[in-house]
Amino acid sequence: MKFSLLLLPCLLLAADPPLVVQNANILTVTKGTIKGSILVENGKIKEVGEKVMVPPGAKVIDASGQFILPGIIDSHSHIAADSINEGSISVSSMVRIEDVLNPEDVAIYRAIAGGTTIANVLHGSANAIGGQNSLIKLRWGKKAEEMFWDKAQPSIKFALGENPKRQGNPTGGRVGAANVNTLRYPATRMGIEDVYVEAFTKAKEYRQSWKDYEAKKAKGEAVIPPRRDLQLEPLVEVLEGKRLVHVHAYRADEILMMIRIAEQIGFKITSFEHILEGYKVAKEMAKHGSAGAGFSDWWAFKIEAYDAIPYNMAIMARKGVLASVNSDSADTIRRLNTEAAKTMKYGGLTEEEALKLVTINPAIHLQVDKYVGSIEVGKDADFVIWDKHPLSSFARAQQVYIDGVKYFDRDDDASARVKIEAQKKALEDKLRRQTPATRRPQ
Amino acid sequence: MRFLSILLVSAALFASDKDSFFLKGVTVFPVSSPKIDNTTLLVVDGKIADIGAKSAPKGVRVIDGKGLQVYPGIINSATNIGLSEISSIRETNDTGELGDFNPQLRAIVAINPETEHIPVVRANGISTVLTLPGGGGFGGGGTGIIMGQAALIHLDGYTYEEMEINRTAAYQMRFPTMQSRTFDFDTFQFSRGSFAESKRRFDTQMQEIKRFFSEARTYMQAKTAKTPGLKTNVRFDAMIPLFEGKAPLMITASKEREILAAIKFAEEEKVKIILADVREPGKATEEIAKKKIPCILGPVTQLPPEADMSYDFNYSLPSQLHKAGVKFAFGSFQNQFARNIAFEAASASSYGLPYDEALKAITLSAAEIWGIGDKYGSIEKGKYADILVTNGDPLEVKTDIKMLFIQGRQQSLESKHTRLYDKYRQRPN
Repeated sequence: MKFSLLLLPCLLLAADPPLVVQNANILTVTKGTIKGSILVENGKIKEVGEKVMVPPGAKVIDASGQFILPGIIDSHSHIAADSINEGSISVSSMVRIEDVLNPEDVAIYRAIAGGTTIANVLHGSANAIGGQNSLIKLRWGKKAEEMFWDKAQPSIKFALGENPKRQGNPTGGRVGAANVNTLRYPATRMGIEDVYVEAFTKAKEYRQSWKDYEAKKAKGEAVIPPRRDLQLEPLVEVLEGKRLVHVHAYRADEILMMIRIAEQIGFKITSFEHILEGYKVAKEMAKHGSAGAGFSDWWAFKIEAYDAIPYNMAIMARKGVLASVNSDSADTIRRLNTEAAKTMKYGGLTEEEALKLVTINPAIHLQVDKYVGSIEVGKDADFVIWDKHPLSSFARAQQVYIDGVKYFDRDDDASARVKIEAQKKALEDKLRRQTPATRRPQ
Repeated sequence: MRFLSILLVSAALFASDKDSFFLKGVTVFPVSSPKIDNTTLLVVDGKIADIGAKSAPKGVRVIDGKGLQVYPGIINSATNIGLSEISSIRETNDTGELGDFNPQLRAIVAINPETEHIPVVRANGISTVLTLPGGGGFGGGGTGIIMGQAALIHLDGYTYEEMEINRTAAYQMRFPTMQSRTFDFDTFQFSRGSFAESKRRFDTQMQEIKRFFSEARTYMQAKTAKTPGLKTNVRFDAMIPLFEGKAPLMITASKEREILAAIKFAEEEKVKIILADVREPGKATEEIAKKKIPCILGPVTQLPPEADMSYDFNYSLPSQLHKAGVKFAFGSFQNQFARNIAFEAASASSYGLPYDEALKAITLSAAEIWGIGDKYGSIEKGKYADILVTNGDPLEVKTDIKMLFIQGRQQSLESKHTRLYDKYRQRPN
């Protein structure tokens, strides 16, 4: 079932003629800037260079004076999810974003109009161990099944700090103010650490019960298999390195705690997400090998965000952490290019380093860099044509391609507006005709 | 000419080191006129004394600004700077007093000069902000109707008195809305009521507002007539400068219906208004332009208000207002992103607003709207030296702010953020 769904877009693509974009400033991200062309065939980048072959029947686009950047990858988003938090319990590893993905969320269209082509849609941060995430390609207009990406690694969301402890401590510690019947453990950062220890202790026992079962079965013993546990299964996958771990993290102490507890239990933190104080423990992060995806310049919205600084990414990058910039916002996902540019102002990253923060670096930590994140032969044709250098405040996405298919075109968008307005008016008129005059809005 | 230079020299002799300097080798972007390449700027006693003088008067500090660019200090026309430290923690917020009608409240007296937000915002070239007494939700407190007096302040000073430009720059008013969809901060959810219900609520609120204005006006007349036995009413007293036209009413009204109602209301009450957080002016645009009502626009980069609106609805709004002839400035309407006001202006520019107008909306237009256009907002002889020195276009994200002067006083560009940066980048590996 899964296979046929994945094949569908590929079959559609095969029918598309080759595409050549000429005369562009191509910001390959990994191989410098090339003034030249790209050839796209069957959804992949076939050639990149000063001059490329133009196959017969190819569609040719002149991008003189414009810039091509790989599609932006947002490693932390909640767009297109009909629900975000299963917050009733502290370990909700059994729930999945893929079950609630809404492909008609207009946030998807707005995101591609801002140059983003891939979003990691995460479970929320209401609990220490949250649900399973979905890395999607923003193929606007397609069904949810067609937005899921076969190259995406399974992953899970963890969360630290104020959010996961809020339900245990909704009144900020004022005694007697809370209704104890609605409290949920934990209420402190100490308790959050304990949630990981307890959950993974159970997961290890669960794994062992299956190992024991398999061993006995192999010996030919008649044994009853253990009862499947959908809550612990994803944690076993984490232990076995088969599921990436993305951790909502703000403060340095909790980041350090997470690294140490993961090392003690025996798994790896893939990335700390919208990390604010990564700059304080960059050394420890680099040693553990976890990536750090940060907000560009968010701060002071909570007490745990009071030491957030926009120099965060620059320090992490300079100290050997794989850094990126993420959005966590349906608004910011539309301009991650200039969010990345802020690291040039704050910390002096180079243009190339800044561009990596929203392209190849998130691709690496999401383990999809073989397919996306740079303009290289053989990679997916996910790219954006910008009217100006994408690190400029004045840059605007003109066309956006995913797997070689155009999903956004500023000119088409503008010309479609008349039609959309007419449709809207027709619907309003219809509604007005059906509504009794007395109830009509004035 | 010679007489003038003698005057200047003699002024310079007495000029304090703190607010006089000679900046050379710079390109000046006066905003009020075309740029001047490779020139000099002389500031004496906090005011711009000359542009293009050959040399510095004796004793005046010379600053080599070779290759740098000079702009007026940036003005953010809506913040809660000084009144809100951490938006989600009630104890750190002094916005949003209880009660519907509080014209007597003054933001100026609650400004904390040590707030960490001031150095952070200043480091991005912002010299002046409007601080609003009202905030919205998220720990910002109540949402009254007349929230108090907004203060226009310099981001420099040991006390709020030293920071003050105008403690009654405007009265902040939240116009009643006719929205049937409202956000409830207690349940954190949207709820939808009927249109009739919201219209009834709107009408009731309008009646209350009119009664308050009418009573305040009657009080003023009685006071002018020295009516015997009139008891002092602090709230009504606070309305008098508004009735006398000495300060405008800054009305938050986002949608066409509310904007038209607000304009009508202002005409009936004969008060000067500024429209704030204009988002969906629709057909009210012409009316705003015709009546020459200035607008303070909210974040250009915010999401379109409705799902069926064009993706660039907010990006292109400033351009549309400009085409219609509306005068406006930009504001953040909060603190967290107040430092990004120049980038908001840039976004408006990439979606159609002419560059010069984008720059004006955070400098000269803002100064004019706040009634200080004769002293601030552009680089002209005689104006105060609120001066920004950069290595590029201040609307570009990557541009570095090199120096900022407020009334000629050079500002520190250090902040909590640079201090933590310096500390942790030096952490041994």
